[in-house]
Amino acid sequence: MNDVLDVAFRLVVVFAVFLVLPLVIGQTEHKVMAHMQGRLGPMYAGGFHGWAQLVADGVKFAQKEDVVPANADRRIFQLAPAVALLPYLLVLVAIPIGPSEGAVGEIVDAGIFFVLAVMGVGVLGSLMAGWASANKFSLLGGLRTAAQLLAYELPMLLAAASVAMAAGTVSLPGIVNAFEWWWLPWQIVGALVFFVAGLAELQRPPFDMPVADSEIIFGAYTEYTGLRFALFLLAEYAGIVVLCGLTTVLFLGGWHGPFGAEGLGWVWTLLKTAVLAFIVIWLRVSYPRLREDQLQKLAWTTLVPLALAQIALTGIVKVVNS
Amino acid sequence: MAPIPGSGLAKGLAVTLRTMTKKSHTAQYPDVQPELPPRTRGVIGLFEENCTVCMLCARECPDWCIYIDSHKETIPAATPGGRERSRNVLDRFAIDFALCMYCGICIEVCPFDALFWSPEFEYAETDIHDLTHERDKLREWMWTVPEPPALDPGAEEPKEIAAARKAAEKVAAAQAAAAAEAAEPAGQAPQATDSTPAAQTDTAVAEQAQREQAQPPQAQRPAEGGTE
Repeated sequence: MNDVLDVAFRLVVVFAVFLVLPLVIGQTEHKVMAHMQGRLGPMYAGGFHGWAQLVADGVKFAQKEDVVPANADRRIFQLAPAVALLPYLLVLVAIPIGPSEGAVGEIVDAGIFFVLAVMGVGVLGSLMAGWASANKFSLLGGLRTAAQLLAYELPMLLAAASVAMAAGTVSLPGIVNAFEWWWLPWQIVGALVFFVAGLAELQRPPFDMPVADSEIIFGAYTEYTGLRFALFLLAEYAGIVVLCGLTTVLFLGGWHGPFGAEGLGWVWTLLKTAVLAFIVIWLRVSYPRLREDQLQKLAWTTLVPLALAQIALTGIVKVVNS
Repeated sequence: MAPIPGSGLAKGLAVTLRTMTKKSHTAQYPDVQPELPPRTRGVIGLFEENCTVCMLCARECPDWCIYIDSHKETIPAATPGGRERSRNVLDRFAIDFALCMYCGICIEVCPFDALFWSPEFEYAETDIHDLTHERDKLREWMWTVPEPPALDPGAEEPKEIAAARKAAEKVAAAQAAAAAEAAEPAGQAPQATDSTPAAQTDTAVAEQAQREQAQPPQAQRPAEGGTE
């Protein structure tokens, strides 16, 4: 009975985090982006500096009519948002935020495998949406998503493999436990590759070619309205949470910090995640969208070689050290 | 020297970060009123006391958006045996702001300083017909006309002040001459007499200026265009 309660409690907490953190990041994006462009952003919703803007948006989305195009593949079309969103919830379960047993939803032994495999599923949501919409723009968006997934999944996996090699384990808490401060310069290239590839996988600007609104309307999401569209948006922001959390855990030492009391490690994790999320927003504001060929070129001629070099470096240091 | 590869990317990030730390440019308009420059062309106010129904504004208006109705009244002769005078009385003065293109020609041509720019701009209506504003509304807008901005340092003196000063100086000179004539036989020191005319000059100028001020703001209009 106690076990059931424990599991239920953990799931509820993870679910709450899953609902709250993406909204916090979304609101931060509203405000940070506005100020980076010399604007104020939302100021009215909720009274104080528009803190409830995303809540208001959610209410608006919920009120909208849920339209399915006549020629669409109805089932697949309706299922796609869930396929896009749920993997991130599953990944969140496996991300440890503190050193203790209670600071992770569920310890998965093959954590990296689980996390990366499930994150890849999320992109399938966009593919399904693009294919099922019966719209050429959606189809183009879906195909671009597929191309991007193929190109960027590889460097992401290679970079993650480098950390797994360094730590000698594929368990996420195990990796953070093995972390030493000098891993930071050692794995910095891998970290950059992982972060950039993750951004591309989330289709965040400057890698938002699949949704490029000035060319193909909104890519795979063109035909979506109301709650289903909101779920796609939520998936994007949940993806930011997951990517930043994963980068923190794999490359930035998770709950390790230069100072701080025992038991406050989760503050470090959240802090690093927040800084990374800020960088995601910052990149979006600063850079224009990459063209499709530039996107592929960056992945195959820059990120993959860099990731391979990182693995080689990790291997050399590992052999010399032992 | 060739730029370091990637320096452009760093520069881009620096620009956005710097912008974030600066004050944003958003005008929170309905909450905070904008600070408009004094010569803002918001709406045209009518100082109807000055209007003589000469119709110049209506005739010069490129849009024909000014409506003026008037009638003639006869004023009995001021002196017995004199001639009766007639004068125009304004019945209607309306500007159709749906047609007005805010060129300001009416204000330029008004020879009696009856039309003014006001920075007031919140007179949107839901019906286009309601944009024809009648004289009462135009007169109300007169209260929002700001004082003309001060002259530039070193600018030419306003004409009415120059005229007033000339008159005052003439009086002062005459008085000084009279005083000097009166003082010379008495053999008084010239310094003592000097101060009185100077003080008189000051008061004369002040009086003249007050008289001009009594009919604001048209008295100040030439001052605004003093450099023309």
